[in-house]
Amino acid sequence: MTPDAARARSLMTRGVVLTVLALIGQAAVMLLAIQFTPVEARQGMAQKIFYVHVPAAVIALWVAVPLTAFAGLLYLWLHDPRLDRFAAASAEVSTVLCGIVLATGPIWGKPIWGTWWTWDGRLTLTLFLFFLLLGYHTLRAAIRDPGDRARFSAVLGVMGLVLVPFIHLSVYLWRGLHPQPVVLKPSAPSLPPEMLRTLLSGFAVAFLLYLGFVTLRYGIQLARDAREAAHAG
Amino acid sequence: MPPADAPLVAARGLARRYGPVHALRGVDLDLHPGDVLLLLGPNGAGKSTLLRSLAGLLRPQAGSVMVAGRRLSGDDPDARRPIGLLSHQSLLYDELTLLENLVLAGRLYDLPDPRARAETVLARQALLERKDDRPRQLSRGMQQRAAIARALMHDPTLLLLDEPFTGLDAVAGDRLRALLGELRTAERAMVIVTHHASEAWDLATRVGVLVGGRWGYLGPRPADLAAFHLTYQEVARG
Amino acid sequence: MGRALRHALAIAGKDLRMELRTRTSLLSAAVFAALVLMVFNFARDPTAVATVDLAPSILWVTVTFASVVAMNRAFTVERENGAFDGLLLAPVSRESLYLGKYLANLAFVLIVEAITLPLFVLFFNLDLGGALPGLLLTLLLATIGFVAVGTVFSAMVAKTRFAELMLPILLLPFMVPPLIFAVKTTVPLFAGRPLSDVLPGLRFLALYDVAFVTLSVLLFSAVVDE
Repeated sequence: MTPDAARARSLMTRGVVLTVLALIGQAAVMLLAIQFTPVEARQGMAQKIFYVHVPAAVIALWVAVPLTAFAGLLYLWLHDPRLDRFAAASAEVSTVLCGIVLATGPIWGKPIWGTWWTWDGRLTLTLFLFFLLLGYHTLRAAIRDPGDRARFSAVLGVMGLVLVPFIHLSVYLWRGLHPQPVVLKPSAPSLPPEMLRTLLSGFAVAFLLYLGFVTLRYGIQLARDAREAAHAG
Repeated sequence: MPPADAPLVAARGLARRYGPVHALRGVDLDLHPGDVLLLLGPNGAGKSTLLRSLAGLLRPQAGSVMVAGRRLSGDDPDARRPIGLLSHQSLLYDELTLLENLVLAGRLYDLPDPRARAETVLARQALLERKDDRPRQLSRGMQQRAAIARALMHDPTLLLLDEPFTGLDAVAGDRLRALLGELRTAERAMVIVTHHASEAWDLATRVGVLVGGRWGYLGPRPADLAAFHLTYQEVARG
Repeated sequence: MGRALRHALAIAGKDLRMELRTRTSLLSAAVFAALVLMVFNFARDPTAVATVDLAPSILWVTVTFASVVAMNRAFTVERENGAFDGLLLAPVSRESLYLGKYLANLAFVLIVEAITLPLFVLFFNLDLGGALPGLLLTLLLATIGFVAVGTVFSAMVAKTRFAELMLPILLLPFMVPPLIFAVKTTVPLFAGRPLSDVLPGLRFLALYDVAFVTLSVLLFSAVVDE
């Protein structure tokens, strides 16, 4: 077994362990949210989805997506394949997190806003990110040469990150005078300590999930590369 | 100005991999004006990668290429000026006439009178009457001559040839060999990549064999091709 | 600077000459635009919604899709006979090379828009009147930005499988902000409102242009240098 293949195996093991821990943590957060956290007075049980939705959104938007773009930018400078592997792994996890946000948003929206989907600014932004990420994966899948694949997806990643503020701006401009849905957002200072505790555990678990998935995906890609290298001699 | 005996090409420690696959692992090469290097090697040995690195079309992951004293990199376009490339592809646009193709090349190389130069090189390839034809209206042999005309527009001092004999019949092959003989001057260096050593054996002054991204053999051209064949087989087996 | 511009113009001129000779992209993009306008005409209920309310959206959706069609061929023509190697091999800076391809694309898309606009006015029986200068400025500002991104992406997709499908998938998200800004500008223009209502949209378009033209020039060499 080559050193790379051995490293890939140990990374995959670590990734699986982290992911399993994160999933157990996720179950614990749900239990905590439903059993040991007070019911929000105005929104009732529907508000519980926030303990999954908000952490997924924050980790996707503020950790996973920017790290994908920055790893790409660094790749264009250093041309280190590890950066490309990381960017690809992080982009995949970003997609999953955006998917969680897009799936849980409507579940909350239906009872509170009375509609499954609304072109709310943040939800629209997440949808855009989701499409950008799908484009990113489609592009990667369509390129055979590893060097081209790394450079092109890095370029797309950097461009995508610059696009985000423009989407944000334009979505708000587009909504203009449309009636805004009343967002009953529990703001941090007024949050009762039990809710804050549950939300913070949610963040920790979402971050752990990100780490676990990225480690696992990185390990899988490394194993593939090692096998390809072994075949090529 | 570099000293008179300075190499025209100085490549040091070239390394390049495609994803996990190593195409070049630390290749050095010096070429002086007048050198003609025959570049041989089994499929996937890194011949094309080396040639494209010498042309500045591939950025090596390690090492550097100096041509006429300037380092090849995307930031210094003028470092590419001495380089000419002739591959089995013609580099010509099918929607442009021969003359338009060549005039475009002349403009990109900042030639003072691209049109006159284009007509001169076309005449030298006996293609002047066909200057208003499109490349695909020409026979294979004529297309090859048109590609040569394009490669010679800016009178390159380093001529890189990527399997130039591919797809040519015996007559066209002989004509190309004769032309390359004329182009072999004291000021110019050439690198010829080929699968068949016999195609360009008499032209070469040096022979290099790449095996697995390293030099298996690099030295002056032996007198006897048949004897070299044994060396080649030994080297290629590793 | 003069040399860089000369190179860029030589490359752009080459693209325009090739396109005018074959007319593949321009013709297909123009026919496509006309068809989209026609489909829109039959897809709306003329008794329910006033044309003037829908017109800005119709114009911009048509322009968006037709532009993608026009830009698709920019780098596929470079693939034949390895011609792009010839450009990369020449002592031409990557910035000039990008500028050349960009100017050609810009010309194609502006030509397609010049064909689309009169058809749009004709089909939807509009009286542009005083809105025309503002509309032309909006078209120009929106086009400058998304063609910059489109040029980089068309260089990338030319090396992929399914290039024709890949360009819209990558480019459409990048076209949405200029599209929204442009619609926001066109609506008050058609309603004959004063210039001050139009300025915020134009300012956003200009901001987008500056950001993405700069970024595209900087990133292009990362696309073409292997």
